[in-house]
Amino acid sequence: MTDENPYQPWIAKIISVKEEASGERAIKTFRLEFQDEEVRKKFSFLPGQCIMISVFGTGESIFAISSSPTQKDYIEVSVMRYGKLTKALHLKEEGDLVGARGPYGNSFKVDEWKGKNVLFLGGGIGQAPLRSVIDYCIDNRKDYGKIDIVYGARTSRDLCYKDEFAEMSKKDDLSIHLSIDVEEEGWNQFVGFVPDNLKRLNPSPENTIAITCGPPIMIKFVIQNLLELGFKEDQVYTTLEMRMKCGIGICGRCNIGNLYVCKDGPVFSYDQIKDIQGDM
Amino acid sequence: MEQLTLPKEKLPELLGEIGSKFELIGPKEENGFLAFRKINDPKEVNLDILLSRVPPKSLIFQQTETLFTYTKGKDSKVQTPKIDESVRVIFGIRPCDARGYDIIDPVFMGKKEGDYIDPFYTKRRNRSILIGLSCNEPDTNCFCTSFDDSPANTKHVDILFTDIGDKYFVEVVTEKGEDLIKNLSKIFSKATEKEGNIRKETEKTAIEAISRKMNTEGTVEKLNKMFDHEFWIEAARSCIGCGICTYLCPTCHCFDMQDESTLKLGGRVRVWDSCMYEEYTHHASGHNPRPSRMNRVRNRVYHKFNYFPKNDGIFGCTGCGRCIDYCPVNIDIIEVIDKVKEVNV
Repeated sequence: MTDENPYQPWIAKIISVKEEASGERAIKTFRLEFQDEEVRKKFSFLPGQCIMISVFGTGESIFAISSSPTQKDYIEVSVMRYGKLTKALHLKEEGDLVGARGPYGNSFKVDEWKGKNVLFLGGGIGQAPLRSVIDYCIDNRKDYGKIDIVYGARTSRDLCYKDEFAEMSKKDDLSIHLSIDVEEEGWNQFVGFVPDNLKRLNPSPENTIAITCGPPIMIKFVIQNLLELGFKEDQVYTTLEMRMKCGIGICGRCNIGNLYVCKDGPVFSYDQIKDIQGDM
Repeated sequence: MEQLTLPKEKLPELLGEIGSKFELIGPKEENGFLAFRKINDPKEVNLDILLSRVPPKSLIFQQTETLFTYTKGKDSKVQTPKIDESVRVIFGIRPCDARGYDIIDPVFMGKKEGDYIDPFYTKRRNRSILIGLSCNEPDTNCFCTSFDDSPANTKHVDILFTDIGDKYFVEVVTEKGEDLIKNLSKIFSKATEKEGNIRKETEKTAIEAISRKMNTEGTVEKLNKMFDHEFWIEAARSCIGCGICTYLCPTCHCFDMQDESTLKLGGRVRVWDSCMYEEYTHHASGHNPRPSRMNRVRNRVYHKFNYFPKNDGIFGCTGCGRCIDYCPVNIDIIEVIDKVKEVNV
């Protein structure tokens, strides 16, 4: 992504690969470092922003940056093995080179949220963009009030960032509420869907921002339940997804109504999108 | 605006001279259709057929092009291909097609601070001098006048030629046009007032010959209210999803990016794409926000007549009539908009 050619990615080296979840819907977190020192210095982003990752010969896809901007040494993307590009990316190992360009899109309004409680509601791989905000809030802990993380996946095997949650749960200034969809031996936390876990936890909407990311059906019921709990529409944030190619508002693909998710999104408050006319 | 004339028999001389100094592109007959191609011999130029099948959009926003090349493996490198920036003259472009560039310029060239700029489009746009040709005899499905345009509009070209009988009436519109004329030998004459009047009459006659009209008034507001109306199922019923309406549209700008490579080398190639295709919005997860023709036809109409006006303050349509002419199942965008007006909401 030189100044002259926004389609051309920079070269980035995979400096580590961590398997978050195994099996059919395997998830890996790739830690990337730009090869060019100039790019390393000037690349900056905010939580919620996205990056285009290229596997040369296969193509390019857009991902939420899952690391926090407070981490200056590298950027991370967490990727579920699903389509053509993600399958090719999952074959990449430490030391391999990929292309990366960005950051793209708007971001979570972490500055405006200073002094507020933050409630995270994630499902499956939808936790990836939330992780960026969570780490950001932890690194700026005094700026935020109560932090609650509600996260669920189909099975315990599908839960991402397990070690990190284990580490975080030692802290006494945030609460983690994990869940899986169906009963498993040895699981001693909530069993059920994220919207139900939310209902059970019954958080107060007072001075609180709720951010939710996950499968569309989960988002739908999470938002419904948040509104029932008394959250106002502008206290609820989510991200939208569309297939993308250019990432820079030109190729026309990611429109929902007259908005382009790549540049007008991906982050929207519920009051911005509740009446949106468009195919989602 | 300087007004000149050129005897018709001098046109080959003019084109020959332009061609000897710059790259010259012009309308040429190819397999029974008109196409904008490099002109090597002025005799190749065809000014009898009104519109090229593929709009000259393809000269600026190419149907396929390599955005960058790469080498694969442990020593991956990327490189942008050189974009030719030398002056190029596009002769014989019709006013509506030239207006098409003006409509999509903000998409590729940015409209506000911080917008990304497509260097391929921008450099080609900037290197092109447009010599337009007025349409004396508009076609059955022409409706440029519905958008305050005219078959002899000077606004979107650098120089405009109008056929006034045995001469061309030549209007030099922009500085780029002036510079080009200055560079050419003195084969133009100053236009007389009488010739100017003939030019005006010619335009008037051409405007009167346009029989179709799209009633665009209130369309944006009406569409705001009928996204979920069952009308769209009916409007899309005959569509076979061939995508020709989008490929031949001077304002459609959607594209795909694909990797083409051998074992070690490759390039990321941009190709025109169409929102009329099922795969266009298909997510890797299997989810498709626009799973049926209804969604896709609706998106096309909204993009032109609701989203473009909201985002850029202009309808995404030039009134060239190509989508009507070439639709294999006779979907007629003028009729669609007429019916939109009739829908009760």
